[in-house]
Amino acid sequence: MAISLKWINDYVKVDDVDKVELADKITKAGINIEKVTTTDIPNLVIGEILECEMHPDSDHLHVCKVNVGSETLQIVCGASNVRSGIKVIVALPGAILPGDFEIKKSTIRGVESNGMICALFELGLEEKTEETYNKGITELGSDAKVGENPLDYLGLNDTTYELDLNPNRTDCNNHIPFAYEVAAVLNREVKEPDISFKELDEDVNKLVKLKVDTENVSMYNLMIAKDVTIKESPDFIKQRLEVAGVRSINNVVDISNYVMLEYGQPLHFFDKDVVGDSIVVRMAKDNEKIVTLDKEERDLTKDDILITDGDTPLCVAGVMGGLNSGISDSTKNILIESAIFNPYNIRYTSIRLGLRSEASLRLEKPLSYEYSLKAIKRACHLLEKYADAKIVKGIVTYDKVDKTPKVVDVTLDEINSILGMVLTDEDVKNILTSLGFPYTLKNNTYAVTIPSRRQDILMQKEDIIEEVGRLYGYDHIKPTLPLITTKKGEYAEEVGYRKIISKRMRSLGFNELRTYTLVSEEEKDKYNYNFGKSIKLNRPMLQEKSYIRQSLLNSLVNIAKYNKSKKNNDVMLYEIANIYSEGEEEYLEDTKLAFVMSGDYLNNTWNNLKYKIDFYLIKGVVENLLDYLGLKDRYSLVLSDKLPNEIHPKINSEIIVGGSPVGYFGKLHPNVSKDDMYVGEISLTKLIKNKTGDVKYHELNKYPKVEKDLAFIVDNSIDSASMQKEIKRLGGKLLTEVKVFDIYKGDNIGEDKKSIAYNLTFEDYTRTLTEEEVMEIFNKIISGIETKFKASLRDK
Amino acid sequence: MYKDKIEEIKNELKDLFTNIKDKHTLENVKVEYMGKNGKITLLNGQIKEVPNEEKKEFGMAVNEIRTMFNDGYTKTLEEIETKEINEKLNSEAIDVTLPGTKLPVGSAHPIERIIETLENLLMSMGYDVVEGPEVEKDLYNFELLNLPKGHPARDAQDTFYIKGEEYLLRSQTSPVQVREMLKHEGKDPIRIICPGKTYRRDEDDATHSHQFTQMEGLLVDKNITLGDLKGTFEAVAKKLFGEARETRFRPSYYPFTEPSVEMDISCFNCNGKGCNICKGTGWITVGGAGMVNPIVLKNCGYDPSKWNGFAFGFGIERLAMLKYGINDIRVFYVNHDIKTLEQFDRREY
Repeated sequence: MAISLKWINDYVKVDDVDKVELADKITKAGINIEKVTTTDIPNLVIGEILECEMHPDSDHLHVCKVNVGSETLQIVCGASNVRSGIKVIVALPGAILPGDFEIKKSTIRGVESNGMICALFELGLEEKTEETYNKGITELGSDAKVGENPLDYLGLNDTTYELDLNPNRTDCNNHIPFAYEVAAVLNREVKEPDISFKELDEDVNKLVKLKVDTENVSMYNLMIAKDVTIKESPDFIKQRLEVAGVRSINNVVDISNYVMLEYGQPLHFFDKDVVGDSIVVRMAKDNEKIVTLDKEERDLTKDDILITDGDTPLCVAGVMGGLNSGISDSTKNILIESAIFNPYNIRYTSIRLGLRSEASLRLEKPLSYEYSLKAIKRACHLLEKYADAKIVKGIVTYDKVDKTPKVVDVTLDEINSILGMVLTDEDVKNILTSLGFPYTLKNNTYAVTIPSRRQDILMQKEDIIEEVGRLYGYDHIKPTLPLITTKKGEYAEEVGYRKIISKRMRSLGFNELRTYTLVSEEEKDKYNYNFGKSIKLNRPMLQEKSYIRQSLLNSLVNIAKYNKSKKNNDVMLYEIANIYSEGEEEYLEDTKLAFVMSGDYLNNTWNNLKYKIDFYLIKGVVENLLDYLGLKDRYSLVLSDKLPNEIHPKINSEIIVGGSPVGYFGKLHPNVSKDDMYVGEISLTKLIKNKTGDVKYHELNKYPKVEKDLAFIVDNSIDSASMQKEIKRLGGKLLTEVKVFDIYKGDNIGEDKKSIAYNLTFEDYTRTLTEEEVMEIFNKIISGIETKFKASLRDK
Repeated sequence: MYKDKIEEIKNELKDLFTNIKDKHTLENVKVEYMGKNGKITLLNGQIKEVPNEEKKEFGMAVNEIRTMFNDGYTKTLEEIETKEINEKLNSEAIDVTLPGTKLPVGSAHPIERIIETLENLLMSMGYDVVEGPEVEKDLYNFELLNLPKGHPARDAQDTFYIKGEEYLLRSQTSPVQVREMLKHEGKDPIRIICPGKTYRRDEDDATHSHQFTQMEGLLVDKNITLGDLKGTFEAVAKKLFGEARETRFRPSYYPFTEPSVEMDISCFNCNGKGCNICKGTGWITVGGAGMVNPIVLKNCGYDPSKWNGFAFGFGIERLAMLKYGINDIRVFYVNHDIKTLEQFDRREY
């Protein structure tokens, strides 16, 4: 799809302007021109073949003497139709043909050749097909002047613009609306094409009855052209359709396309003699069928608009005609339809049937009723001129279009205050005039009438302001900052919380990741920890991305494994992301922190330094994080058998904060990873609910501390945390710290036993403790632990 | 008689310390001269035998040799200690060229880096950072943003819908703006940015990703102009891509803004001359923006005759790709090699 500037020149004068500069101006005004192409090829001339002999060393090449005006050249040519006396297109040395093919002086099988005699397809001006290839070189008329430009002679010199339009301005894919844009930037006037024709005396309303039985049609026009002659289109129509990327069929079909490319209004031509004398437009019924002109049977739905003869479906409105009702070589009389349908129905139907065409794409957008009427008349004009048609008088119209003029009030102040520019009344008047928007100016207020061709403009002043701004040029905007209250921006609470945690994880050595939310069915419930039912997409693009994940860990573990496979052995990764599951009414959201670590935490081999990541390191990470968040002494980490199957049943901890579980960490189950890998996942949504206070400074103790060590031998099944808790309880407030400093297992203390050694710190902030009172507590602890855990004091 | 003795000791002291190389010998010498029975100590006792008129002279002479001894002793001791320390230091020498121990420090994901840079700047300009859900209502993602059902830009082809068509994976972060406006019920000015994940039905390739990141900004207040938007964009552009950047607006179209613009920066690679990165134009498009469409203000409870404002949006991946010279969007999401991540553990100016 491209715009031909030669075609545009029919409506607004552009043959005197630089096409590249013009493209730049139009682009700046918001109609984005992606590519400017010109058909002009330097070093092409019209030549006359004076002599033509067989090549001495070939059975198909000819050696020609060609007069190119300034001289006579010897050129070797292989085309079957080459002969003396004809005028041809000669590419002289230096000409560059499509495909970067440069013509040079050469020797072909020992004979010098000084150029190339061309066919249009070799110049990129015709499609290369078997037919065009077999035609051989292009023969010019005898009136062609030797030495002149053959493209000028053929009328093929043109510049085209390829557009990349915003969705609200696809009207500019059509030549008349585009001409209005050209006129606006050049401040010139648009002359719309001739729509006049002679009318027969017969009244069209006698020949066809129209009934529209649906709300989804806002305008439906019918006219009749009689006695058409189906033949080849005139060259200018063929060439212009070619530029636009539309194949030429015959004069009648081409005219319907040509008019569409002028106004943007698709037309449909029925064979009047097949259709009969009645047209009924209605919604299709579910499961109703029609065979379209591509011979496919189509199932319809109640949202498809159908054109019928009152009985038989003739056409899926705006999308595709029926098999027998269209134009054929034997068509004599044409029923012309120009209609505006509900764009949503056209869009729905064309997408559902997979039949999106130039016509349906245009009908998916709001269309102008004025252009709908002009287009049908323009088609009649062209059919009379190029298909010998006789036009039946009148037009059959169904018309529900609200034609109240759209008038928008706007003041110069409003324009300047929204654009942040300084325009004068003179500027505004000039721009409105160049746009072709009628206006009146009263009491400093412009009352601007929006032409019906600009369906994109709504009844609000901002739309007019945008039109003025884009043509005045956004380069004129002076950068300023809003004159509003000064304040500092803040993070929303949960965002700030996440940032704090993210920074802490990084300072602890974890690299941040971002992975995909969508996962496969197989992955969707992996590591699912007390969440819910996974959400499935209605129409996933890929099976492996069809569910919203329930945990981030699967993605993280995969990346850790990927790194291991790349010999990046030491891996510490984290991600913070939301997971979702189905709730009773709304969807449930949970923000998760997930982390994985494997390999060595510290490693400097030559120095014998190595700390291999283990359970106690990931536990340290969790403790560090929770303490940092102000939750010290408010959480417990306990072995759990309720964790996901991917977690080692004996090497894990559930994280309990304020009495409720918020997450877990532990070693991966050997079934999941052969490498030792440690993972954790914490719900930040739950964690943030634990409010914490400000930091309060405590003066350090001025009085000496008393430290005591002791070790208990207990059963293996006793866990250290419960013993520590009991020691603390027994120690009371003078026991300020309890640390494990040794674990020992061995024959000398008995099988299934272990020794745990603690270091206890006693202190008082108001005085020096006496040995006696410390020993009293110390002994109380020993006897208390011995009783409660069936422990014995080691080395007693 | 005592004079000879003094002279004799003086002579001894001249060379006494020259050959002493260790603390032990030095201490022995100290005892020999300054100890209880040392030569100099004993000299003191002889004062009784000195005639009265010579006592002063005698005292001065003894003091002189005592000082001589002490100076020599201190100097020698310092020399010996210096030598000992030097020997110890030399014996401790290690190969300082061996590698240091690498401390584990994590890096921020490049997407997060860009987001934080933008947040820091815009928060200093008064924008609050807010977020919203990724599973979103169609109402907030489209309907209230002037994208009614059937609007081409909300094609079911492009959006991941969930359960019927009421919910979806948000295709833009704009619904956060809607939520924020509804929350303030048309009463307060708004200045927010909302970074977040977004999803579209795109096939993943070097330049497309079904999951990507947007950051939108919304300012609703009074008498706001397109110039204010340009000034704000200019601050962002210079912060991200350097003070030398120029900015320009091109007319564009978004259903939720009117007028709408594309935001371009002068190419940081060629400074506008034209190169591969800017495709020869000298300009790079980095985001979209515009004045909030009055229809959207009204839909979200703000009276367009009293309030106006602007909204802007950036694709964070695009900014990161431009800034760090990344040419495949999948780098952000797939096969995170630690070696890739570690490149981002570095401060920037």
